[in-house]
Amino acid sequence: MPLDNLVFWVFAPVSVASAIAMLTRRNAVHAALFLIVNFFTIAVMYLLLDAPFLFAVQIIVYAGAIMVLFLFVIMLLGVDRNEARGERLFGMRTMAGILAAGFVLEMFFALRAGIGFATRAPAGFEKVNAPANTQALAKVLFTRYFFPFEVTSVLLIIAAIAAMVLANRKARAITQAELDAHENAQARSAAAPSEALAP
Amino acid sequence: MRTPIAYFLLLSGILFALGTMGVLIRKNALLIFMSVELQLNAVNLALVAFSRLHGNLNGQVLAFFSMVVAAAEVVVGLAIIVSVYRRSQSVNVDDARSLRW
Repeated sequence: MPLDNLVFWVFAPVSVASAIAMLTRRNAVHAALFLIVNFFTIAVMYLLLDAPFLFAVQIIVYAGAIMVLFLFVIMLLGVDRNEARGERLFGMRTMAGILAAGFVLEMFFALRAGIGFATRAPAGFEKVNAPANTQALAKVLFTRYFFPFEVTSVLLIIAAIAAMVLANRKARAITQAELDAHENAQARSAAAPSEALAP
Repeated sequence: MRTPIAYFLLLSGILFALGTMGVLIRKNALLIFMSVELQLNAVNLALVAFSRLHGNLNGQVLAFFSMVVAAAEVVVGLAIIVSVYRRSQSVNVDDARSLRW
């Protein structure tokens, strides 16, 4: 068995298993940790697909920055807060499972009819990637995609300003009516979510 | 490169489906947001696989841009979740039903 095939078959099940584990954990911190495992396996897939720059970016940006932000917010909002049980709509989980299974089946048949399961990536990607992936990517990014690249920097600045505005907003005094409404809502969702939501 | 490209695309499809299930099933706003991240990653994997299949770097550049947008999206989304939590003391999406409260 060639080495990259072996690496794929080791990391693909880990990837799927960690995604399933993320879905089924009730504790938000555990789910976040499983998501980090999943991000690492996807980074390995990038390495297999000859994209070492994206491998590094995936680990630094996703597993590093974004997940730290997630964990920070989870800690800020309280870790012991478990999810409410019960289904919002009748048969919600079953329907979601059927939908997901249908999507995967559709993907399977589309791939078999399209590129087929025997198509291997064409050789000669080293020529595109010359002299190295980072240099080649930089060349494309700063010539052909220069304008979108500049636009993303504007986007990042806007996102930073938006986060500051949203987080810094002064809390207005909460009225008694709002407090009552909130307590009622919490009592209802804690008691029986499906009944509480009936009109 | 001996692994067929279709395997990567199928893996990406499975991860996307699992992310969709997470969005549909979970009630904690943070977990829904994490599932959206999983979906984004699945699509990135498909883009990089297509880039390898077609032998050019456009897919990798698009995946890179999608990561930048995801970072911006996470910052704003988490700020919104924190501000909703401050208002209603809950991250359960069923509790946040009114547009103005």
